[in-house]
Amino acid sequence: MRQLTPYLQKPLVVVGGALSFGWLLIAILAPLIAPYDPLLTLQPLAKPLTQGANGEFFLLGTDMLGRDIFSRLIWGARTVVIYATLATMTAYAFGLIFGLIAGYAGGRTDAVLSFLANVVLSFPVLVLYIVIIVTIGASPVNIVIAVTFSSAPAIFRIVRAITIDVASRDFVRAAITQGESTGRILFVDILPNTTGPLAVDFCLRLGYTAITIGTLGFLGLGLPPPTPDWGGMVNEGRAMAIAFPHLVIFPCIAISSLTLGLSLLADGLREVNEAKERQA
Amino acid sequence: MSLGRFLIRKTAIAIATMVAVSFLIFLALEVNVEEVAVKVLGQYSTAEQRAAWLLQNGYNDPFAIRYLRWLGNFVTGDWGQSTFFRAPVMDMVLPRLAASAILAGGALLVIVVFGLGLGILAGMRPGSLLDRVISVFSVVTTSIPDFASAVFLSGIFVFWLGLLPGASTMISGFSLSELILPVSVLGLYSMGYLARVTRASMADVMNTHYIRTARLKGAGMARIVLRHALRNALITPVTVIMLQLPWLLSGVIVVEVFYAYKGFGTLLYDAALNQDIYLIEACAMISVLVVVLSQILSDLIYGWLNPRIELGAKA
Repeated sequence: MRQLTPYLQKPLVVVGGALSFGWLLIAILAPLIAPYDPLLTLQPLAKPLTQGANGEFFLLGTDMLGRDIFSRLIWGARTVVIYATLATMTAYAFGLIFGLIAGYAGGRTDAVLSFLANVVLSFPVLVLYIVIIVTIGASPVNIVIAVTFSSAPAIFRIVRAITIDVASRDFVRAAITQGESTGRILFVDILPNTTGPLAVDFCLRLGYTAITIGTLGFLGLGLPPPTPDWGGMVNEGRAMAIAFPHLVIFPCIAISSLTLGLSLLADGLREVNEAKERQA
Repeated sequence: MSLGRFLIRKTAIAIATMVAVSFLIFLALEVNVEEVAVKVLGQYSTAEQRAAWLLQNGYNDPFAIRYLRWLGNFVTGDWGQSTFFRAPVMDMVLPRLAASAILAGGALLVIVVFGLGLGILAGMRPGSLLDRVISVFSVVTTSIPDFASAVFLSGIFVFWLGLLPGASTMISGFSLSELILPVSVLGLYSMGYLARVTRASMADVMNTHYIRTARLKGAGMARIVLRHALRNALITPVTVIMLQLPWLLSGVIVVEVFYAYKGFGTLLYDAALNQDIYLIEACAMISVLVVVLSQILSDLIYGWLNPRIELGAKA
């Protein structure tokens, strides 16, 4: 608990953490909080704060298929939390492994891996997604694959740079002299030293991934309907947004508050880390 | 390293990158010839039609031969026919690219003016109230996805205030008012990052000894910033501006689709929705080429602004 105190004194961390963990909690408790089934047709295009014919109450209105928007937002939180986390974690798995290898091995291995990372990073992100999604189709698994493919090189770069730095320190030389295995050196000696900067990057990247999943949904290239997905809701409601702005406003507020929470959290963590380094 | 050798080295890396990128694109979209035939001839073509088409267009050759032929055609300007628009791909891509350049140019202007301006203001007095306000503002604008800020801005300026048009089709000729919203959305999303980089760089410079000396001499804040600080503080931010281009290109797709602007982004989007593979290939190649060229330019600017750094030493 004492270790957490410097973090909890930062308003950025508190606000960002409240937003992020708030959405996480909503995602976990979705079946308990959502008043209606997110796929159930109740009454089309009811305005916010109105009553349905059968006594339902629509806090945020309903969409053109008569589904309750409040319930879809809550279940949409579950969609984005599950897929954004899954995609970010797989990207991390690949980025970490290749980054550690490239940074530690150096030489030709490093040159080849770094070149490949640069090749992938020279695609504008959305162009890369479009090429991947057109090739393998839009499905939950394929979206995780697409995010992994495009994020892993950026994580690779960060991990590689830290590894090069850490590998030159004395305790790693000592480990080599002791005859520790390369795997042990990579994962037990070097990896724990990367967690500070990576925790910041993880929050930021989780936000990017949420934005990406939302943007793909907005473009109609994301999770297939009728999955409750915030970006998809904006896409479906866009044509009628002039008459029924509630179709698009609420999903946009939802995704913005989540991504804002994650970047505030990342910012706060970075400030605390930097302050710690200055003290040390 | 001399400028000539630096350019040759960078160009060689750029060409190697483009070759690898072209291979990836071709591999993704054309490795499966059956799927190519379905995408080009449509779902309702018969098996005989597809077989005949594949034979006629050389798709029965080995993959390596097909790739080299495709690359050769691409480099010599033969980008194939769009199956959806039924027109040569090259004739469609170039005018759309010009239309998007207007949008991206406007956005870059907003990013440079506001990103640098806010960053300088915030970094002049690190820790001040103004600094905090600008920092929060730049986090907020970069965290909101561009389709969401398009919804918010359109909600305010189109539906609530009724000041601006809600679509940018440019149907009745070029219209400046139709550019305002798409350019603002693009600018808002990217300027926060530049503002943060500028602030950090400015704050570093303001803490250096030569700035303290200037202050102790009694020079005014304006003189310190304009004459002493800016020249050194702007090296990194100016380099970063060029590196915004990949993000801008992604944003252009979203914003053009949102505002129905007939540019490169909507072209790629239509190509993706209609599985128009030759059009997707050309759009993907062009967008990567733009990114790679902007990186070389960024390196050159960096070397030019910072004579202490030897070209190529950055690696």
